[in-house]
Amino acid sequence: MFVLPGYDAFLGFLLISAAVPVLALVTNKLVSPKSRDGERRLTYESGMEPIGGAWIQFNIRYYMFALVFVIFDVETVFLYPWAVAFSRLGLLAFIEALIFITILVIALAYAWRKGALEWS
Amino acid sequence: MTTAATLSPPPVLEAAVTPGLDLQSGFTTILEGFGLSPAAAHLIWLPLPMLLVLVAAVVGVLVNVWLERKISAAVQQRIGPEYAGALGVLQPLADGLKLLFKEDVIPKRADGLLFTLGPVLVLIPVILSWLVVPFGQNLVISDVGVGIFLWIALSSIQPIGLLMSGYSSNNKYSLLGGLRAAAQSISYEIPLALAVLAVVMMSNSLSTVDIVNQQSGAGILSWNIWRQPVGFVIFWICALAECERLPFDLPEAEEELVAGYQTEYAGMKFALFYLGSYINLVLSALLVAVLYLGGWGFPVPVEWLAGTLGQSVEAPLVQVITGSVGIVMTVLKAYLLVFTAILLRWTLPRVRIDQLLDLGWKFLLPIALVNLLATAGLKLAFPGFFGG
Repeated sequence: MFVLPGYDAFLGFLLISAAVPVLALVTNKLVSPKSRDGERRLTYESGMEPIGGAWIQFNIRYYMFALVFVIFDVETVFLYPWAVAFSRLGLLAFIEALIFITILVIALAYAWRKGALEWS
Repeated sequence: MTTAATLSPPPVLEAAVTPGLDLQSGFTTILEGFGLSPAAAHLIWLPLPMLLVLVAAVVGVLVNVWLERKISAAVQQRIGPEYAGALGVLQPLADGLKLLFKEDVIPKRADGLLFTLGPVLVLIPVILSWLVVPFGQNLVISDVGVGIFLWIALSSIQPIGLLMSGYSSNNKYSLLGGLRAAAQSISYEIPLALAVLAVVMMSNSLSTVDIVNQQSGAGILSWNIWRQPVGFVIFWICALAECERLPFDLPEAEEELVAGYQTEYAGMKFALFYLGSYINLVLSALLVAVLYLGGWGFPVPVEWLAGTLGQSVEAPLVQVITGSVGIVMTVLKAYLLVFTAILLRWTLPRVRIDQLLDLGWKFLLPIALVNLLATAGLKLAFPGFFGG
């Protein structure tokens, strides 16, 4: 049924771990008290009546970090097979990875210089 | 005679690794003795370690919460919980039950579906990651091939849940907290993955069991922490940041953001966040133990110890003892780290968001890249010392 060994356990554990929050929430639903609606369902804003909602347009400053993250995350994923097979690949693989990482370090330096990593 | 010689089994190549306790084969053999097919026996076996690990994780969290309260009390020269059970050990259980019986409040202006889905999506990957935590040679739910990489993949699902709950609350504090949480966890994921990469390179395998086996042989001296001191520090800092522990608890910074993305949560949904963050802390500590502190390895090599006592490592009794000692060692190492995490939480002040991002991107990331290349170079230069 499973081509790769051990992944049937993954599927099983996924079901079991998904059952934990579902069971917890269902139990909570059954045993918890219900009260009438009112002030308690008002959005919390330090005791004030909330002024406007939070679903508005505003500047998300982490946007540039997210972009840089995508680059380096993909880099890391590329490096994983290299690291596992490194002992069989030897010096040539080391030089190749060195070039690959150097290019990305230059990209990081560029992003740094351009202020993409600044919080301002 | 010649046929017997050719049929003799090939010499065992991997004699260095002791087989250890194998509960699975023992259990399935007994079931097959009752006339069940191997597949059926396997199916009956499958959920047992999972449920055991789940219970262990929850108990680990309860112990962790109790430790946190007691240690924080000691740090601040208070007594801490003392009425629920001896020394207040039942306090976390009482807290959990209280949360279970609390009313579920969904704000009127929130998005109900995403609001419920957020904490669920935070908790599931954290529990699922326990799949690859080994407590012994065969004491792991499943030694899947991708091993430690599965944990890295799963841990990147968490920010989605955090963003979801921050956004769906329709509360300004929650939104800011959710955005901070996502930014923080993506910033620290890359140095974390690069630190793991250096360990993976030394053991030539992603499997957590292989990573621990590669650290066996000379007891405490062969643990990865001596060969990866920089990686260890990077991993531990990043793990604390991923768990949103002080000094990196900006997403929940109570003085500025009330409780961040958790502001609108109450009752069981809040408990799910709470459970998730503590399971994550125990998990991170366990993984530090597995990756850097020799996992289930005893500080003195077991083979040497058994040899001195005149016992064979293959003897059933010795196997049971080494298996139990292995579990105790893993948990002990993990809780030593949990203890440092708690002490750090109650001694250090919180960093600012720009300091946090600077530390991640301008310090840990370059250092992690250098550490990776240095490991690769040293592995080429001294293959014997860095895992061949």
